[in-house]
Order: sequence, then structure tokens, then C-alpha cells
Amino acid sequence: MDTTLSAQIVYQRPQSLTEATMHYCPGCTHGIAHRLIAEVMDEMGIRERSIGVAPVGCSVFAYNYFDCDFVEAAHGRAPAMATGIKRLLPDRIVFTYQGDGDLASIGMGEIVHAAGRGENISVFFINNAIYGMTSGQMAPTTLPGQKTTSSPRGRDVETMGYPLRMAELLANLDGAGYVVRRSLHDPKNIRMAKKAIRLAFETQLRGLGFSMVELLSTCSTNWGLSPLESLKWLEEHMIPYYPIGDFKVADALKEIKL
Amino acid sequence: MQTEILIAGFGGQGVLFAGQILAYAAMDAGREVTWIPSYGPEMRGGTANCTVIISDEEIGSPLVLNPTAVIALNLPSLEKYEPMVKPGGVLIVNASLVNRGPRRLDIDNVFIPVNEIAERLGNRRLLNMVAVGALLAKLPVLTLDQIKQALEDHLPERHKKFMQANLLALQEGADFALQAQGVKVE
Amino acid sequence: MAKELLKGNIAMAEAAIRAGLEGYFGYPITPQTELLEWMSERMPALGRAFLQAESEVAAINMLYGAACTGARVMTSSSSPGISLMMEGLSYIAGTEVPVVIIDVVRGGPGLGNIAPSQGDYNQIVHGGGHGDYHPIVLAPASVQEAIDLVVLAFDLAEKYRTIVFVMADGNIGQMMEPAELPPMRPIKSEYPHWAVRGAMGRERRILSSIYIDPKDEEVTNYRLMQVWNQIQANEVRYREYFLEDADTVVIGFGTAGRIALSAVRAARAEGIKVGLLRPITLSPFPAPQIENLIQRVKGFLVVEMNAGQMLDDVLKVVKGRVPVEFYGRMGGMVPFPDEILAEIQRMSREDIPLDGDPRQRWMKRLAPVIHWQN
Repeated sequence: MDTTLSAQIVYQRPQSLTEATMHYCPGCTHGIAHRLIAEVMDEMGIRERSIGVAPVGCSVFAYNYFDCDFVEAAHGRAPAMATGIKRLLPDRIVFTYQGDGDLASIGMGEIVHAAGRGENISVFFINNAIYGMTSGQMAPTTLPGQKTTSSPRGRDVETMGYPLRMAELLANLDGAGYVVRRSLHDPKNIRMAKKAIRLAFETQLRGLGFSMVELLSTCSTNWGLSPLESLKWLEEHMIPYYPIGDFKVADALKEIKL
Repeated sequence: MQTEILIAGFGGQGVLFAGQILAYAAMDAGREVTWIPSYGPEMRGGTANCTVIISDEEIGSPLVLNPTAVIALNLPSLEKYEPMVKPGGVLIVNASLVNRGPRRLDIDNVFIPVNEIAERLGNRRLLNMVAVGALLAKLPVLTLDQIKQALEDHLPERHKKFMQANLLALQEGADFALQAQGVKVE
Repeated sequence: MAKELLKGNIAMAEAAIRAGLEGYFGYPITPQTELLEWMSERMPALGRAFLQAESEVAAINMLYGAACTGARVMTSSSSPGISLMMEGLSYIAGTEVPVVIIDVVRGGPGLGNIAPSQGDYNQIVHGGGHGDYHPIVLAPASVQEAIDLVVLAFDLAEKYRTIVFVMADGNIGQMMEPAELPPMRPIKSEYPHWAVRGAMGRERRILSSIYIDPKDEEVTNYRLMQVWNQIQANEVRYREYFLEDADTVVIGFGTAGRIALSAVRAARAEGIKVGLLRPITLSPFPAPQIENLIQRVKGFLVVEMNAGQMLDDVLKVVKGRVPVEFYGRMGGMVPFPDEILAEIQRMSREDIPLDGDPRQRWMKRLAPVIHWQN
């Protein structure tokens, strides 16, 4: 009887992630998004020339987890800060990682103008329809009727307005080269998300302008649901309002086969 | 020794450039000099002024209440700045655009029709140089030759074709001022 | 290099370029717009970064990012724009990256006007942004000094990893004077050990103003204060005029300082023993120099184009030991030398009280000047 074990590595930490233990809550999809970005950085061999810009929000400590140079922006200003870096160092890969409060509320001006200018940066936008770090207030992407700690009777669109569909909004701008929405709620969608992240970086490498991947994400803690229920809630409630799709894909990207 | 010259008029009369050419000439002569314009929305409203200060030592205030000399190229400028001229100073007035005579006995008044003189020289835009010529005839802070040299050295290239006309305008202004009889004070 | 007749705003822009500026980010606002326009022409022509941002908020954050690369970078604005930049300034201070900011101050508060003012003294010198930080603030009084101070600003910013302001006003920005620009310095070829430029063959670097553990944040604050102590000890700059035998000393900076010079000269011509101390660094403040003068002068006259913002810093040094008077014009009004001369003459005639509030006395004297009616 053969007792030797032939070990084969089927899963390991991407080189572009540090060994730090993530602070995210159980069931949170930030960890998946981080890992996908890191895997793509590894595959493209761009870790050493990448510079990330962290936001204010749950992912404020993103710089602890990526093994590349990083800066930490003021709330909402990551696209402006990334612009400053990219303009000084055009041959580096510059990306922001932003949540919905950061990108779609306080940072609306900066993100719209970065896209409008065709700023050659990549933006990874985590949309979980709630403010996580401040513990569950209404976000600009909170769904109609959704209860939060600052919309305790549910988001009333009459007084609180409608959620913002950022991918659709930014895709309208001529400066945008690649703007898509993906979801992190199941393996198939996660694989699609990784391809989109790859294409966003490819957009930047090719100088095709602004790129953004909106990633529908969960917030079990503040939604008050178990991790499994959260994935289901995302699929049943968020996707109908925020359809997965490609809203802007520059022609030059269409030839890329991944 | 410090000399302050305030030039005021409508936008388009070459007020700012007249001041600049004095400033260039003063700089080339090795003097200390400041040129400061009125700026902002009032420029769009049609009035413009600038103050040039020429000195032998570090210049303090770039603006003065009572300048040594004033060039008033329109009536509002005359009304505003005539009372401000330092006693014993010089007032050059564009007689083409004012309907009254001088009101001060204690200063040297030159009422000169700079529009007509400039038109006679073939270009109405020369009126600022006519006025500068008149000023320097009465206020020997710089010589006409120094102004002429400054024009040679600093007139924008696209305006170089007006060089001769500018020199003529300076001379005409100076000649008029030297020949002018004392004007009657109202 | 020969002297040229240069406009302040353009001279400051070109001086920055020649000091090795690699990136400029700004938003148009009068009375500093020529500075941005000059950058828009020159920087791209030299292959350097220029960007007109969508707002001052974006501009300061672009500057923040650009500064993290270790390059020489700057922005410029005027008072309301500087107010908008306060958030970014605090982050920049907390991250300890060097930036240069030119503030061509205008009349306020609010939209105010575009006339020359010194109303930004407090918002620049004494903070504005949240937290404890002290920028260096340089106040030029002429076009030449503006050029020299812009160049110095970059050197100081890098030496201390700090924010350096050049605080000018509409007069300095719009004025033309003969001045000499410095020779063109090359862009730097080596970048500091903290610069974020991609982790090529080295450990990653992080630039952040977060110290989530208050113990660490306190240590950071302590470090900032230590740097500030060094700056206070080494970087005070000022100019003196007629101080040798002066028994009254006028203190004024920037445009107010040079206007005071005219008044001091006129008073000297009348035999009044008056001198002028013109602070060039508003921060660090020339407190030691004022302290030295207290021993031998009969009084101070503080002159500003605001309601006495620097006055408070003078009073803090003088501590009631000699009389202090104040004369200011506000809201974009610029004093004439005659007004300051009248104050000097009055001080030479009257006994100025040691107690009481110089600002209250000034308000009483100013009321008829501005035709104030209750």
C-alpha cells in the first residue's frame, strides 16, 4: 500500500496580499474583493508598480492587506488623490478602493470628474447599500424601503430620494473606458468579477481612460442577516435594482480574451 | 526722491500700457519702480487705472493718496483724481473728452486733445503715448529718449510696426505741452 | 540674470517652475488666476503635470496624492478657495508630506470681494484644519521677495516635511516690479525614503494620517510639535527698518508692511524716531525679536489689512509691558501711508495707556473714517 502523499497546492494566499489577518466581519465580501484584486495583480505581474488609494469606510485599512504601495485618502477624495499620483507617475498602476458612502455620496464630485476627465485610474467600488463603518446608516445606494439606522421605517423615496446607480451614471461619460457591475454573491459571479477586475487594469495599462468595477457586496452585520441570508438578500433585492452588466466597454477591450 | 504717476481712463485707452512703458523705462534706467493696476470687475465696467511709482530707494506703498502727477483720459477720471494731485504736481487731461477747464491753481495743468492729435497721426490708439509725451515734458522723471528706448525694447513684436507712430505721438504730446500757455482756471 | 518687469502672480508661478516644480493642481479664483494660467501654458510645455481641478477640494486632494510621490508639488488659490482646502491641509499635515500653497488673499468673510486683504492670517497661521499642526507661512512684500520666498518654500517644505504657505495678497499678485528670476533647477532625480512610487524591489510603503491607537497618534502629535520647535528655533525671518534708535516700532507684514515703510519714512522726515519690523515668517512668528525690542521701545503700532489677527500674537509677546496700538483696514480696503503716518504722529504726541484693548480704541478711531452709523 502506497502511503506517500503527493501534495499539490490548490489554494494559497496571493503574493499581492500581506499575511495580516483581515478585520472584516464574518460574511463580509470585502475579503473576496481584496483577494480577487490581489490575484489579478499577481497574474499581471503589476504588484511592484501598483499604488492603491484607500477610502474612508470599512475598507479604510485596505492598505494593511495589499502588499503594494498605498496611500490613505480623505473621505470621498480617493479619485482626486489617485489623480495626483497618476499625473506624477503615469507609468504606475493606480487604483482606488471605495465604498458606496465614499464614492457615491461625499465623493460624488471627485468620482464624476475623474471619470469625465478619462483619468487613467481603476476604481473598485464596493456597493453594499449601507454605511458599514458607522454602523448601518442609509447610503446613497440603500434600496427603497430598506431599513437602516437612519431610515428606521425604511427608505422613503419621497423624502430621502432614490438610490444612485453609479455604473450607469458614470458609463455615460465620454472619459469612461470600462464601466461594469458585477456581484460577489456566488462562485459564478465571483469569477465574472475577477475577469472584470482584470479588464479594468487592462484598460488602464492600455491608456483607454477611466475604469470602474462596481461590486455588489454584503453587509451581514448591518443588514442583520446571517452570511448565507445576506448572499440571498443581495441576489433577491439588490440585483433587480442594480443589474449586473457592462455599461461601457471601449472597443479596444473587446478583443481581449481571458 | 520718489515720483508717483496715476493714469486713469476708459478701458481701451491704453491706460495700463502707458503705465507699463513708464515702468520699463524706469527699470532700464536702473531706478526702483512699481506698477499696480486696478483689477477685477471694475475693469469690465470700462474704467481702468494704474499707479507707477519711480524711486531711488526701496518703494514702500505701491499706492498713494496724493500722486505727483495724474493723467486723466476721461471726465470721470478728472473728477476723481484732480483733487488728489500733490500741490505743485502735474495734471494732464484729455481735453478731447472733457467739457470743462481746470480747477486747481497750485498744480501744472495741461489740457491736451489727445484723441485729435492721435487721429491726426493716423491711429487713435496712439492717444496714450501722446499723453505720456505731454507728461514727461512737464515732469522730467524720465527722458523721452528713455521712453523711446523702452518702446524699442519692450513693445510686443506684433506692435513693432507702430514703432515710428508711437515715437511721433510721444513727441507731439511733448511739443504740445511745452508750447501750451497756462490754461485758465475755472 | 537681468531684471525683468514681472507681475507678482506670474513671477511666483515661474519661480516655482524654476525651483523644480513637478506638479500643479488648482482651480481658478481671482485674484490669483494668472498664476494658474501661467502654469497651464508652461507646465505641459516642460512635460510636467498641470491639472485644473473641478474644485479646490479636489485640487488639494490631488496635491495630497502628488505629494505622496515625493515630488515638488504646489497649488494656489485665494481665501474662499483656501477655506475649502482646510480638510486636505489637515490630512497633509497628518501624513507629513511636503506641499507648497500660495494664497493670494482677498477681502472677506464670505464671497467678499477680490481686493487685497490679510484676512487669512488666522485661518493659515493658526490652523483652520482640525488637529494640532503648524504650517510655515511666508509673507512677501514685493515681487522679488515673492520669487525668493516661493523658492525657499519648497526647500523648507522638504526639509521639515511640512506645509509651507506663501501668503500674498491681490496687490502682490497684480503688481509689476523689476525682479530677477532664479536659474532653472533640474527636476530632482532622487526621491525621499518615504515616497510612494511603487514597491519595486523594496518593502511596500504606506502614507496615511491614520493612527487608530490614540497612543500612536499622541506620539505623532509629539513628533509634529518637535519639528515645529525646530522650525521656531531656526526659521524665523523678518526685515528691520530704522530700528537702531527707534522708540516706536511699527509691526506690519506683506503689503501692510511696505505701506508702513512709507509712513515710517515720512515720520522720520519729521524727526519722529520710529522704525519698522516687517515679519517675513508669520509662522514661525518673530516673537524673540519683538521680545528684544520691548526692552528699549516706548510702544508698538501693529498695522494690518484685517481686524487685528496678528495683533493678538504681538499682544501675547508684549504681555502688557509696553503700550500697543493697532491700525487696520478690513474687507479689501488698503490703507494709505498717510493714515499710518497719522497714527505714528499721534503716538509720538499722546501717552498711550498700558491697559485697555488696542482693538477697541482702534474701532473708535476708525468709526468716523468709514462713516459708521449705528
